[in-house]
Amino acid sequence: MNKRAGIGFYLFLTIFVFLVMFPFIWVFLTSIKAPGEIFSSFKWFTSNPSLESYEAAITNRPLFRYMLNSFVVSGLTTILSLAFASFTAYALTRLPIKGKGFVLGLVLAASMFPQIAIISPMFNLVTGLGLRNSYMGLVIPYITISLPLSIWILSTFFQKIPFELEESAKLDGASPFQTFRKIIFPLAAPGVFTTGILVFIAAWNEYLFALTINSDDMWRTVPVGISMYQSQYSIPWGDISAATVIVTIPVVIIVLLFQKRIVSGLTSGSVKE
Amino acid sequence: MVWHFHKLVLVYLYLLPIAETIDDKMVSQSFLQTADLLGATSGTILESNFIGLANYKKYMGDARMWHSLWNTTFFTVVSVALELVLGMAIALLINRAFKGRGIVRASVLIPWAIPTAVAAMMWGFLYDGQSGIVGHYLEVLHIIPDASWLLSTSEGGMFSVILADVWKTTPYMALLLLAGLQTIPNSLYEASDVDGANKFQQFWRITLPLLKSAILVALLFRTLDAFRVFDLIYVLTGGGPANATESISIYAYETLFAQQNFGEGSVLSVIVFLCVALISFIYVKLIGSDLFAGRTK
Repeated sequence: MNKRAGIGFYLFLTIFVFLVMFPFIWVFLTSIKAPGEIFSSFKWFTSNPSLESYEAAITNRPLFRYMLNSFVVSGLTTILSLAFASFTAYALTRLPIKGKGFVLGLVLAASMFPQIAIISPMFNLVTGLGLRNSYMGLVIPYITISLPLSIWILSTFFQKIPFELEESAKLDGASPFQTFRKIIFPLAAPGVFTTGILVFIAAWNEYLFALTINSDDMWRTVPVGISMYQSQYSIPWGDISAATVIVTIPVVIIVLLFQKRIVSGLTSGSVKE
Repeated sequence: MVWHFHKLVLVYLYLLPIAETIDDKMVSQSFLQTADLLGATSGTILESNFIGLANYKKYMGDARMWHSLWNTTFFTVVSVALELVLGMAIALLINRAFKGRGIVRASVLIPWAIPTAVAAMMWGFLYDGQSGIVGHYLEVLHIIPDASWLLSTSEGGMFSVILADVWKTTPYMALLLLAGLQTIPNSLYEASDVDGANKFQQFWRITLPLLKSAILVALLFRTLDAFRVFDLIYVLTGGGPANATESISIYAYETLFAQQNFGEGSVLSVIVFLCVALISFIYVKLIGSDLFAGRTK
Protein backbone atom coordinates (compact mmCIF):
# COMPACT_ATOMS: atom_id res chain seq x y z
CA MET A 1 0.00 0.00 0.00
CA ASN A 2 3.04 2.30 -0.13
CA LYS A 3 2.75 2.83 -3.86
CA ARG A 4 1.51 6.29 -4.68
CA ALA A 5 -1.11 6.94 -7.29
CA GLY A 6 0.15 9.13 -10.14
CA ILE A 7 -1.57 10.69 -13.13
CA GLY A 8 -0.89 7.60 -15.27
CA PHE A 9 -2.62 5.50 -12.69
CA TYR A 10 -5.74 7.63 -12.74
CA LEU A 11 -5.74 7.54 -16.53
CA PHE A 12 -5.61 3.75 -16.43
CA LEU A 13 -8.36 3.72 -13.83
CA THR A 14 -10.60 5.92 -15.97
CA ILE A 15 -10.12 3.67 -19.01
CA PHE A 16 -10.78 0.58 -16.90
CA VAL A 17 -13.99 1.96 -15.38
CA PHE A 18 -15.11 3.15 -18.82
CA LEU A 19 -14.52 -0.29 -20.41
CA VAL A 20 -16.37 -2.05 -17.63
CA MET A 21 -19.28 0.35 -17.74
CA PHE A 22 -19.35 0.66 -21.54
CA PRO A 23 -22.16 -1.85 -22.19
CA PHE A 24 -24.37 -0.08 -19.66
CA ILE A 25 -23.56 3.35 -21.07
CA TRP A 26 -24.32 2.24 -24.62
CA VAL A 27 -27.53 0.45 -23.65
CA PHE A 28 -28.71 3.51 -21.75
CA LEU A 29 -27.90 5.81 -24.68
CA THR A 30 -29.79 3.44 -26.98
CA SER A 31 -32.80 3.28 -24.71
CA ILE A 32 -33.45 7.03 -25.03
CA LYS A 33 -33.15 7.06 -28.82
CA ALA A 34 -36.22 7.08 -30.99
CA PRO A 35 -36.85 3.51 -32.27
CA GLY A 36 -36.10 4.45 -35.88
CA GLU A 37 -32.71 5.81 -34.94
CA ILE A 38 -31.42 2.61 -33.31
CA PHE A 39 -30.94 0.57 -36.44
CA SER A 40 -27.74 1.02 -38.41
CA SER A 41 -26.81 4.21 -36.63
CA PHE A 42 -23.71 4.40 -34.48
CA LYS A 43 -24.15 7.93 -33.24
CA TRP A 44 -23.46 8.11 -29.53
CA PHE A 45 -25.85 10.85 -28.58
CA THR A 46 -29.29 11.34 -29.97
CA SER A 47 -30.45 14.83 -30.78
CA ASN A 48 -34.04 14.25 -29.71
CA PRO A 49 -34.25 11.85 -26.74
CA SER A 50 -37.54 10.02 -26.36
CA LEU A 51 -39.11 7.66 -23.86
CA GLU A 52 -40.88 5.65 -26.54
CA SER A 53 -38.79 2.55 -25.90
CA TYR A 54 -39.59 2.65 -22.18
CA GLU A 55 -43.28 2.87 -22.94
CA ALA A 56 -43.03 -0.06 -25.34
CA ALA A 57 -40.96 -2.10 -22.88
CA ILE A 58 -43.58 -1.95 -20.14
CA THR A 59 -46.62 -2.30 -22.38
CA ASN A 60 -45.42 -5.09 -24.70
CA ARG A 61 -44.54 -7.39 -21.82
CA PRO A 62 -45.53 -7.42 -18.11
CA LEU A 63 -42.13 -6.13 -17.00
CA PHE A 64 -43.31 -4.88 -13.61
CA ARG A 65 -44.96 -8.23 -12.97
CA TYR A 66 -41.62 -9.93 -13.69
CA MET A 67 -39.94 -7.62 -11.20
CA LEU A 68 -42.60 -8.26 -8.56
CA ASN A 69 -42.16 -12.02 -9.05
CA SER A 70 -38.41 -11.68 -8.71
CA PHE A 71 -38.74 -9.60 -5.55
CA VAL A 72 -41.14 -12.03 -3.87
CA VAL A 73 -39.20 -15.15 -4.84
CA SER A 74 -35.79 -13.72 -3.90
CA GLY A 75 -37.12 -12.18 -0.66
CA LEU A 76 -38.78 -15.41 0.51
CA THR A 77 -35.69 -17.42 -0.43
CA THR A 78 -33.46 -15.04 1.52
CA ILE A 79 -35.57 -15.12 4.69
CA LEU A 80 -36.09 -18.89 4.73
CA SER A 81 -32.54 -19.76 3.85
CA LEU A 82 -31.07 -17.38 6.45
CA ALA A 83 -33.33 -18.86 9.14
CA PHE A 84 -32.12 -22.40 8.45
CA ALA A 85 -28.52 -21.51 7.69
CA SER A 86 -27.91 -19.48 10.84
CA PHE A 87 -28.94 -22.42 13.04
CA THR A 88 -26.78 -24.79 11.02
CA ALA A 89 -23.78 -22.50 10.99
CA TYR A 90 -24.08 -21.91 14.73
CA ALA A 91 -24.18 -25.63 15.42
CA LEU A 92 -21.26 -26.27 13.11
CA THR A 93 -19.03 -23.57 14.58
CA ARG A 94 -19.96 -23.66 18.27
CA LEU A 95 -21.68 -26.82 19.48
CA PRO A 96 -19.68 -29.94 20.35
CA ILE A 97 -20.66 -32.13 17.41
CA LYS A 98 -18.55 -34.85 15.85
CA GLY A 99 -17.72 -34.79 12.17
CA LYS A 100 -18.05 -31.03 11.60
CA GLY A 101 -15.42 -31.11 8.89
CA PHE A 102 -17.38 -33.82 7.09
CA VAL A 103 -20.63 -31.85 7.27
CA LEU A 104 -18.93 -28.69 5.99
CA GLY A 105 -17.34 -30.71 3.21
CA LEU A 106 -20.79 -32.05 2.31
CA VAL A 107 -22.18 -28.50 2.30
CA LEU A 108 -19.39 -27.34 0.02
CA ALA A 109 -19.92 -30.34 -2.25
CA ALA A 110 -23.63 -29.50 -2.48
CA SER A 111 -22.80 -25.94 -3.50
CA MET A 112 -20.67 -27.27 -6.33
CA PHE A 113 -23.52 -29.36 -7.72
CA PRO A 114 -24.28 -28.28 -11.27
CA GLN A 115 -27.87 -27.13 -11.52
CA ILE A 116 -28.45 -29.08 -14.69
CA ALA A 117 -27.76 -32.27 -12.72
CA ILE A 118 -30.62 -31.68 -10.28
CA ILE A 119 -33.08 -30.01 -12.63
CA SER A 120 -34.93 -33.16 -13.77
CA PRO A 121 -35.75 -34.61 -10.32
CA MET A 122 -36.49 -31.09 -9.07
CA PHE A 123 -38.81 -30.44 -12.01
CA ASN A 124 -40.66 -33.73 -11.42
CA LEU A 125 -40.92 -33.02 -7.69
CA VAL A 126 -42.30 -29.51 -8.19
CA THR A 127 -44.70 -30.78 -10.85
CA GLY A 128 -45.81 -33.61 -8.54
CA LEU A 129 -46.48 -31.15 -5.73
CA GLY A 130 -48.54 -29.05 -8.12
CA LEU A 131 -46.32 -26.04 -7.51
CA ARG A 132 -45.45 -25.15 -11.09
CA ASN A 133 -46.16 -21.50 -11.89
CA SER A 134 -46.21 -20.38 -8.28
CA TYR A 135 -43.82 -18.58 -5.95
CA MET A 136 -43.14 -21.62 -3.77
CA GLY A 137 -42.29 -23.65 -6.86
CA LEU A 138 -39.17 -21.52 -7.25
CA VAL A 139 -38.49 -20.79 -3.59
CA ILE A 140 -38.06 -24.47 -2.70
CA PRO A 141 -35.41 -25.20 -5.37
CA TYR A 142 -33.70 -21.88 -4.63
CA ILE A 143 -33.35 -22.77 -0.95
CA THR A 144 -31.48 -25.93 -1.91
CA ILE A 145 -29.08 -23.83 -3.97
CA SER A 146 -28.64 -21.00 -1.48
CA LEU A 147 -28.39 -23.00 1.77
CA PRO A 148 -24.84 -24.28 1.12
CA LEU A 149 -23.73 -20.77 0.15
CA SER A 150 -25.23 -19.17 3.26
CA ILE A 151 -24.04 -21.89 5.68
CA TRP A 152 -20.54 -21.53 4.25
CA ILE A 153 -20.39 -17.74 4.58
CA LEU A 154 -22.24 -17.55 7.91
CA SER A 155 -19.89 -20.02 9.54
CA THR A 156 -16.95 -17.70 8.78
CA PHE A 157 -18.78 -14.83 10.44
CA PHE A 158 -19.84 -16.87 13.49
CA GLN A 159 -16.27 -18.07 13.88
CA LYS A 160 -15.04 -14.52 14.41
CA ILE A 161 -17.20 -13.93 17.51
CA PRO A 162 -15.08 -14.40 20.65
CA PHE A 163 -15.70 -17.66 22.41
CA GLU A 164 -15.44 -16.00 25.86
CA LEU A 165 -18.75 -14.16 25.40
CA GLU A 166 -20.50 -17.43 24.96
CA GLU A 167 -18.78 -19.06 27.92
CA SER A 168 -19.79 -16.24 30.24
CA ALA A 169 -23.37 -16.53 28.99
CA LYS A 170 -23.23 -20.23 29.78
CA LEU A 171 -21.91 -19.48 33.27
CA ASP A 172 -24.84 -17.12 33.80
CA GLY A 173 -27.13 -20.04 33.08
CA ALA A 174 -28.18 -19.37 29.46
CA SER A 175 -29.34 -22.32 27.40
CA PRO A 176 -27.70 -22.93 24.00
CA PHE A 177 -30.73 -21.44 22.26
CA GLN A 178 -30.69 -18.36 24.51
CA THR A 179 -26.97 -17.92 23.85
CA PHE A 180 -27.67 -18.11 20.15
CA ARG A 181 -30.61 -15.70 20.23
CA LYS A 182 -29.24 -13.09 22.66
CA ILE A 183 -25.47 -13.18 22.13
CA ILE A 184 -24.39 -14.75 18.86
CA PHE A 185 -27.15 -13.63 16.53
CA PRO A 186 -27.03 -9.89 17.42
CA LEU A 187 -23.24 -9.90 17.18
CA ALA A 188 -23.35 -11.74 13.87
CA ALA A 189 -26.12 -9.51 12.51
CA PRO A 190 -23.84 -7.66 10.05
CA GLY A 191 -22.60 -11.01 8.75
CA VAL A 192 -26.14 -12.34 8.48
CA PHE A 193 -27.13 -9.21 6.58
CA THR A 194 -24.18 -9.60 4.19
CA THR A 195 -25.10 -13.23 3.58
CA GLY A 196 -28.66 -12.12 2.97
CA ILE A 197 -27.59 -9.72 0.22
CA LEU A 198 -25.56 -12.42 -1.52
CA VAL A 199 -28.43 -14.93 -1.32
CA PHE A 200 -30.86 -12.32 -2.62
CA ILE A 201 -28.64 -11.51 -5.62
CA ALA A 202 -28.07 -15.21 -6.36
CA ALA A 203 -31.83 -15.87 -6.31
CA TRP A 204 -32.53 -12.73 -8.35
CA ASN A 205 -30.12 -13.90 -11.06
CA GLU A 206 -31.11 -17.59 -11.30
CA TYR A 207 -32.18 -18.62 -14.80
CA LEU A 208 -32.44 -22.37 -15.40
CA PHE A 209 -35.02 -23.25 -12.72
CA ALA A 210 -37.04 -20.12 -13.44
CA LEU A 211 -37.08 -21.01 -17.13
CA THR A 212 -38.33 -24.58 -16.68
CA ILE A 213 -40.56 -24.38 -13.61
CA ASN A 214 -42.41 -21.10 -14.08
CA SER A 215 -43.23 -21.22 -17.77
CA ASP A 216 -46.40 -19.13 -17.53
CA ASP A 217 -45.80 -15.50 -18.47
CA MET A 218 -47.45 -14.15 -15.31
CA TRP A 219 -45.03 -16.11 -13.11
CA ARG A 220 -41.78 -15.44 -14.94
CA THR A 221 -38.90 -13.76 -13.15
CA VAL A 222 -36.77 -10.93 -14.55
CA PRO A 223 -33.93 -12.96 -16.15
CA VAL A 224 -36.36 -15.22 -18.02
CA GLY A 225 -38.79 -12.43 -18.80
CA ILE A 226 -36.15 -10.25 -20.38
CA SER A 227 -34.97 -13.02 -22.67
CA MET A 228 -38.57 -13.33 -23.93
CA TYR A 229 -38.51 -9.92 -25.62
CA GLN A 230 -36.83 -11.40 -28.68
CA SER A 231 -39.11 -13.39 -30.92
CA GLN A 232 -38.33 -15.64 -33.82
CA TYR A 233 -38.99 -12.87 -36.33
CA SER A 234 -37.79 -9.66 -34.75
CA ILE A 235 -35.53 -8.39 -32.02
CA PRO A 236 -36.85 -5.08 -30.68
CA TRP A 237 -33.55 -3.66 -29.42
CA GLY A 238 -35.22 -0.46 -28.24
CA ASP A 239 -37.59 -2.35 -25.91
CA ILE A 240 -34.78 -4.61 -24.75
CA SER A 241 -32.40 -1.79 -23.89
CA ALA A 242 -35.13 0.11 -22.03
CA ALA A 243 -36.12 -3.05 -20.12
CA THR A 244 -32.46 -3.71 -19.32
CA VAL A 245 -32.08 -0.23 -17.86
CA ILE A 246 -35.23 -0.66 -15.75
CA VAL A 247 -34.22 -4.05 -14.30
CA THR A 248 -30.64 -2.94 -13.68
CA ILE A 249 -31.70 -0.02 -11.47
CA PRO A 250 -32.55 -2.16 -8.38
CA VAL A 251 -29.23 -4.00 -8.74
CA VAL A 252 -27.31 -0.72 -8.97
CA ILE A 253 -29.06 0.59 -5.85
CA ILE A 254 -28.23 -2.58 -3.90
CA VAL A 255 -24.60 -2.43 -5.02
CA LEU A 256 -24.18 1.27 -4.23
CA LEU A 257 -25.72 0.92 -0.78
CA PHE A 258 -24.01 -2.28 0.30
CA GLN A 259 -20.80 -2.51 -1.72
CA LYS A 260 -18.50 -2.88 1.29
CA ARG A 261 -20.65 -5.64 2.76
CA ILE A 262 -20.84 -7.47 -0.56
CA VAL A 263 -17.06 -7.42 -0.91
CA SER A 264 -16.58 -8.69 2.62
CA GLY A 265 -19.09 -11.48 1.99
CA LEU A 266 -17.59 -12.48 -1.35
CA THR A 267 -14.07 -12.65 -0.01
CA SER A 268 -14.89 -14.24 3.34
CA GLY A 269 -14.71 -17.71 1.86
CA SER A 270 -11.52 -17.24 -0.07
CA VAL A 271 -9.03 -15.55 2.25
CA LYS A 272 -7.54 -16.75 5.49
CA GLU A 273 -7.37 -14.05 8.10
CA MET B 1 -97.98 -78.10 -16.24
CA VAL B 2 -97.22 -80.66 -18.95
CA TRP B 3 -97.66 -78.05 -21.56
CA HIS B 4 -95.31 -75.91 -19.70
CA PHE B 5 -92.80 -78.65 -19.44
CA HIS B 6 -93.08 -79.33 -23.17
CA LYS B 7 -92.55 -75.74 -23.94
CA LEU B 8 -89.60 -75.59 -21.66
CA VAL B 9 -87.99 -78.56 -23.39
CA LEU B 10 -88.54 -76.83 -26.72
CA VAL B 11 -87.03 -73.66 -25.48
CA TYR B 12 -84.17 -75.64 -24.16
CA LEU B 13 -83.68 -77.44 -27.46
CA TYR B 14 -83.85 -74.19 -29.31
CA LEU B 15 -81.50 -72.48 -27.06
CA LEU B 16 -79.05 -75.29 -26.51
CA PRO B 17 -76.92 -74.74 -29.59
CA ILE B 18 -76.80 -71.03 -29.05
CA ALA B 19 -75.99 -71.45 -25.43
CA GLU B 20 -73.34 -73.94 -26.25
CA THR B 21 -71.71 -71.75 -28.81
CA ILE B 22 -71.85 -68.85 -26.46
CA ASP B 23 -70.50 -70.97 -23.72
CA ASP B 24 -67.79 -72.35 -25.92
CA LYS B 25 -66.91 -68.98 -27.18
CA MET B 26 -66.93 -67.53 -23.75
CA VAL B 27 -64.72 -70.16 -22.30
CA SER B 28 -62.31 -70.12 -25.14
CA GLN B 29 -62.37 -66.39 -25.35
CA SER B 30 -61.90 -65.77 -21.68
CA PHE B 31 -59.16 -68.34 -21.69
CA LEU B 32 -57.45 -66.65 -24.58
CA GLN B 33 -58.00 -63.28 -22.99
CA THR B 34 -56.55 -64.42 -19.74
CA ALA B 35 -53.57 -65.83 -21.54
CA ASP B 36 -53.19 -62.59 -23.44
CA LEU B 37 -53.55 -60.60 -20.29
CA LEU B 38 -50.98 -62.75 -18.56
CA GLY B 39 -48.64 -62.35 -21.46
CA ALA B 40 -49.11 -58.62 -21.50
CA THR B 41 -48.71 -58.40 -17.76
CA SER B 42 -45.48 -60.31 -17.83
CA GLY B 43 -44.40 -57.91 -20.53
CA THR B 44 -44.93 -54.83 -18.44
CA ILE B 45 -44.62 -55.87 -14.83
CA LEU B 46 -42.41 -58.90 -14.76
CA GLU B 47 -39.90 -57.45 -17.20
CA SER B 48 -38.51 -54.20 -15.82
CA ASN B 49 -37.67 -51.09 -17.80
CA PHE B 50 -34.15 -51.24 -16.45
CA ILE B 51 -31.85 -50.87 -19.41
CA GLY B 52 -28.55 -50.82 -17.64
CA LEU B 53 -25.91 -48.68 -19.22
CA ALA B 54 -27.46 -48.65 -22.70
CA ASN B 55 -28.01 -44.88 -22.67
CA TYR B 56 -24.48 -44.29 -21.47
CA LYS B 57 -23.16 -46.51 -24.25
CA LYS B 58 -25.22 -44.50 -26.74
CA TYR B 59 -23.76 -41.18 -25.58
CA MET B 60 -20.20 -42.46 -25.46
CA GLY B 61 -20.45 -42.80 -29.24
CA ASP B 62 -22.44 -39.60 -29.74
CA ALA B 63 -20.50 -36.98 -31.70
CA ARG B 64 -22.74 -34.14 -30.49
CA MET B 65 -22.00 -35.05 -26.85
CA TRP B 66 -18.23 -35.00 -27.42
CA HIS B 67 -18.52 -31.79 -29.38
CA SER B 68 -20.45 -30.04 -26.60
CA LEU B 69 -18.03 -31.41 -24.01
CA TRP B 70 -15.16 -29.99 -26.05
CA ASN B 71 -16.94 -26.63 -26.38
CA THR B 72 -17.47 -26.51 -22.62
CA THR B 73 -13.84 -27.38 -21.87
CA PHE B 74 -12.52 -24.86 -24.39
CA PHE B 75 -14.80 -22.14 -23.04
CA THR B 76 -13.84 -22.94 -19.44
CA VAL B 77 -10.08 -23.06 -19.98
CA VAL B 78 -9.83 -19.96 -22.16
CA SER B 79 -12.20 -17.74 -20.21
CA VAL B 80 -10.90 -18.73 -16.76
CA ALA B 81 -7.27 -18.27 -17.90
CA LEU B 82 -8.04 -14.81 -19.32
CA GLU B 83 -9.97 -13.88 -16.19
CA LEU B 84 -7.09 -14.97 -13.96
CA VAL B 85 -4.46 -12.99 -15.87
CA LEU B 86 -6.60 -9.87 -16.26
CA GLY B 87 -7.97 -10.12 -12.72
CA MET B 88 -4.45 -10.44 -11.33
CA ALA B 89 -3.25 -7.41 -13.30
CA ILE B 90 -6.19 -5.32 -12.10
CA ALA B 91 -5.78 -6.46 -8.50
CA LEU B 92 -2.05 -5.60 -8.50
CA LEU B 93 -2.71 -2.18 -9.98
CA ILE B 94 -5.50 -1.12 -7.66
CA ASN B 95 -3.84 -2.54 -4.53
CA ARG B 96 -2.83 0.89 -3.29
CA ALA B 97 -4.33 3.92 -1.64
CA PHE B 98 -6.09 6.18 -4.13
CA LYS B 99 -9.05 8.49 -4.33
CA GLY B 100 -12.27 7.12 -5.76
CA ARG B 101 -12.02 3.54 -4.50
CA GLY B 102 -15.79 3.56 -4.07
CA ILE B 103 -16.45 4.27 -7.75
CA VAL B 104 -14.05 1.55 -8.86
CA ARG B 105 -15.54 -0.96 -6.43
CA ALA B 106 -19.09 -0.17 -7.55
CA SER B 107 -18.20 -0.36 -11.24
CA VAL B 108 -16.55 -3.71 -10.58
CA LEU B 109 -19.52 -5.08 -8.66
CA ILE B 110 -22.31 -4.09 -11.04
CA PRO B 111 -21.35 -6.52 -13.85
CA TRP B 112 -21.07 -9.26 -11.24
CA ALA B 113 -24.45 -8.42 -9.70
CA ILE B 114 -26.66 -8.12 -12.78
CA PRO B 115 -28.40 -11.31 -13.94
CA THR B 116 -26.36 -13.26 -16.50
CA ALA B 117 -29.38 -13.41 -18.79
CA VAL B 118 -29.62 -9.61 -18.76
CA ALA B 119 -25.89 -9.32 -19.48
CA ALA B 120 -26.31 -11.81 -22.33
CA MET B 121 -29.14 -9.74 -23.84
CA MET B 122 -26.98 -6.61 -23.58
CA TRP B 123 -24.05 -8.27 -25.30
CA GLY B 124 -26.40 -9.70 -27.90
CA PHE B 125 -27.27 -6.12 -28.79
CA LEU B 126 -23.62 -4.99 -28.79
CA TYR B 127 -22.66 -7.89 -31.08
CA ASP B 128 -25.63 -7.56 -33.42
CA GLY B 129 -24.64 -7.73 -37.08
CA GLN B 130 -26.54 -4.59 -38.13
CA SER B 131 -26.79 -2.28 -35.15
CA GLY B 132 -24.19 -3.71 -32.77
CA ILE B 133 -21.54 -1.20 -31.77
CA VAL B 134 -18.87 -3.72 -30.75
CA GLY B 135 -19.18 -5.54 -34.05
CA HIS B 136 -19.08 -2.19 -35.84
CA TYR B 137 -15.92 -0.94 -34.09
CA LEU B 138 -14.10 -4.26 -34.43
CA GLU B 139 -14.90 -4.21 -38.14
CA VAL B 140 -13.68 -0.62 -38.53
CA LEU B 141 -10.46 -1.54 -36.73
CA HIS B 142 -10.08 -4.60 -39.02
CA ILE B 143 -9.91 -6.98 -36.07
CA ILE B 144 -12.78 -9.03 -37.48
CA PRO B 145 -13.69 -9.47 -41.17
CA ASP B 146 -17.18 -7.97 -40.82
CA ALA B 147 -19.69 -7.17 -38.11
CA SER B 148 -21.86 -10.23 -38.72
CA TRP B 149 -18.84 -12.52 -38.16
CA LEU B 150 -19.41 -12.35 -34.39
CA LEU B 151 -22.69 -14.23 -34.15
CA SER B 152 -22.91 -16.04 -37.49
CA THR B 153 -19.69 -18.06 -37.59
CA SER B 154 -18.54 -20.75 -35.18
CA GLU B 155 -15.25 -19.01 -34.27
CA GLY B 156 -17.05 -15.71 -33.86
CA GLY B 157 -19.72 -17.28 -31.67
CA MET B 158 -17.15 -18.77 -29.32
CA PHE B 159 -15.20 -15.47 -29.27
CA SER B 160 -18.38 -13.54 -28.40
CA VAL B 161 -19.38 -15.89 -25.62
CA ILE B 162 -15.90 -15.83 -24.06
CA LEU B 163 -15.60 -12.03 -24.28
CA ALA B 164 -18.97 -11.56 -22.58
CA ASP B 165 -18.00 -14.01 -19.84
CA VAL B 166 -14.63 -12.32 -19.29
CA TRP B 167 -16.38 -8.96 -19.02
CA LYS B 168 -18.85 -10.28 -16.48
CA THR B 169 -16.54 -12.23 -14.19
CA THR B 170 -13.05 -10.69 -14.36
CA PRO B 171 -14.11 -8.06 -11.78
CA TYR B 172 -15.13 -10.84 -9.40
CA MET B 173 -11.78 -12.56 -9.87
CA ALA B 174 -9.94 -9.26 -9.29
CA LEU B 175 -11.90 -8.72 -6.10
CA LEU B 176 -10.99 -12.12 -4.67
CA LEU B 177 -7.32 -11.68 -5.58
CA LEU B 178 -7.26 -8.14 -4.17
CA ALA B 179 -8.53 -9.44 -0.84
CA GLY B 180 -5.71 -11.99 -0.89
CA LEU B 181 -3.12 -9.34 -1.75
CA GLN B 182 -4.18 -7.20 1.18
CA THR B 183 -3.34 -9.97 3.65
CA ILE B 184 0.34 -10.01 2.58
CA PRO B 185 2.31 -7.97 5.13
CA ASN B 186 4.08 -4.96 3.69
CA SER B 187 7.20 -5.70 5.74
CA LEU B 188 8.02 -8.56 3.37
CA TYR B 189 8.27 -6.17 0.43
CA GLU B 190 10.31 -3.68 2.46
CA ALA B 191 12.76 -6.39 3.51
CA SER B 192 13.18 -7.57 -0.09
CA ASP B 193 13.68 -3.96 -1.20
CA VAL B 194 16.58 -3.74 1.26
CA ASP B 195 17.96 -6.98 -0.14
CA GLY B 196 17.85 -5.48 -3.63
CA ALA B 197 15.07 -7.52 -5.22
CA ASN B 198 13.32 -5.97 -8.23
CA LYS B 199 9.55 -5.80 -8.75
CA PHE B 200 9.53 -8.90 -10.93
CA GLN B 201 11.40 -10.98 -8.36
CA GLN B 202 9.11 -9.70 -5.62
CA PHE B 203 6.09 -10.83 -7.60
CA TRP B 204 7.44 -14.34 -8.23
CA ARG B 205 9.05 -14.93 -4.83
CA ILE B 206 6.65 -13.16 -2.45
CA THR B 207 3.30 -12.36 -4.02
CA LEU B 208 2.61 -15.56 -5.92
CA PRO B 209 3.57 -18.07 -3.19
CA LEU B 210 1.62 -16.19 -0.53
CA LEU B 211 -1.34 -15.76 -2.86
CA LYS B 212 -1.39 -19.42 -3.86
CA SER B 213 -4.38 -20.51 -1.80
CA ALA B 214 -6.41 -17.39 -2.66
CA ILE B 215 -5.72 -18.02 -6.38
CA LEU B 216 -6.66 -21.68 -6.13
CA VAL B 217 -9.92 -20.97 -4.31
CA ALA B 218 -10.83 -18.28 -6.85
CA LEU B 219 -9.95 -20.66 -9.68
CA LEU B 220 -12.00 -23.46 -8.13
CA PHE B 221 -15.15 -21.35 -7.93
CA ARG B 222 -14.67 -19.86 -11.38
CA THR B 223 -13.85 -23.17 -13.10
CA LEU B 224 -16.92 -24.86 -11.65
CA ASP B 225 -19.10 -21.92 -12.61
CA ALA B 226 -17.70 -21.80 -16.14
CA PHE B 227 -18.04 -25.54 -16.68
CA ARG B 228 -21.76 -25.55 -15.94
CA VAL B 229 -22.33 -22.46 -18.11
CA PHE B 230 -25.91 -22.32 -19.29
CA ASP B 231 -27.73 -18.98 -19.27
CA LEU B 232 -25.01 -16.85 -20.89
CA ILE B 233 -24.73 -19.08 -23.95
CA TYR B 234 -28.40 -20.06 -24.03
CA VAL B 235 -29.55 -16.44 -24.20
CA LEU B 236 -26.68 -15.04 -26.28
CA THR B 237 -26.30 -17.62 -29.06
CA GLY B 238 -28.72 -20.39 -28.12
CA GLY B 239 -25.83 -22.82 -28.62
CA GLY B 240 -25.51 -21.83 -32.26
CA PRO B 241 -24.49 -21.20 -34.95
CA ALA B 242 -24.84 -24.90 -35.82
CA ASN B 243 -24.10 -26.08 -32.24
CA ALA B 244 -20.71 -24.34 -32.35
CA THR B 245 -21.15 -22.86 -28.88
CA GLU B 246 -23.38 -25.56 -27.40
CA SER B 247 -22.22 -26.40 -23.88
CA ILE B 248 -22.91 -29.75 -22.27
CA SER B 249 -25.49 -28.15 -19.96
CA ILE B 250 -27.38 -26.78 -22.94
CA TYR B 251 -27.34 -30.17 -24.67
CA ALA B 252 -28.67 -31.75 -21.47
CA TYR B 253 -31.38 -29.09 -21.18
CA GLU B 254 -32.42 -29.57 -24.82
CA THR B 255 -32.66 -33.33 -24.37
CA LEU B 256 -34.54 -33.06 -21.08
CA PHE B 257 -37.05 -30.36 -21.90
CA ALA B 258 -37.16 -29.71 -25.65
CA GLN B 259 -37.26 -33.44 -26.49
CA GLN B 260 -38.91 -34.43 -23.17
CA ASN B 261 -36.49 -37.32 -22.91
CA PHE B 262 -35.75 -37.60 -19.22
CA GLY B 263 -33.83 -40.88 -19.46
CA GLU B 264 -31.27 -39.70 -21.98
CA GLY B 265 -31.16 -36.17 -20.60
CA SER B 266 -30.31 -37.57 -17.20
CA VAL B 267 -27.30 -39.33 -18.68
CA LEU B 268 -26.01 -35.98 -19.89
CA SER B 269 -26.69 -34.39 -16.49
CA VAL B 270 -24.72 -37.17 -14.84
CA ILE B 271 -21.84 -36.55 -17.25
CA VAL B 272 -21.82 -32.85 -16.25
CA PHE B 273 -21.92 -33.88 -12.61
CA LEU B 274 -19.01 -36.33 -13.00
CA CYS B 275 -16.86 -33.70 -14.75
CA VAL B 276 -17.62 -31.13 -12.04
CA ALA B 277 -16.85 -33.69 -9.33
CA LEU B 278 -13.53 -34.50 -11.01
CA ILE B 279 -12.58 -30.82 -11.32
CA SER B 280 -13.42 -30.07 -7.69
CA PHE B 281 -11.59 -33.21 -6.54
CA ILE B 282 -8.41 -32.04 -8.28
CA TYR B 283 -8.67 -28.52 -6.87
CA VAL B 284 -9.47 -29.68 -3.34
CA LYS B 285 -6.40 -31.95 -3.48
CA LEU B 286 -4.31 -28.94 -4.53
CA ILE B 287 -5.76 -26.59 -1.95
CA GLY B 288 -5.73 -29.15 0.83
CA SER B 289 -6.90 -28.39 4.33
CA ASP B 290 -6.66 -24.63 3.81
CA LEU B 291 -10.22 -24.70 2.55
CA PHE B 292 -11.57 -25.48 5.99
CA ALA B 293 -9.11 -23.33 7.92
CA GLY B 294 -10.83 -21.07 10.39
CA ARG B 295 -14.22 -22.75 10.16
CA THR B 296 -13.95 -25.73 12.44
CA LYS B 297 -12.06 -25.98 15.68
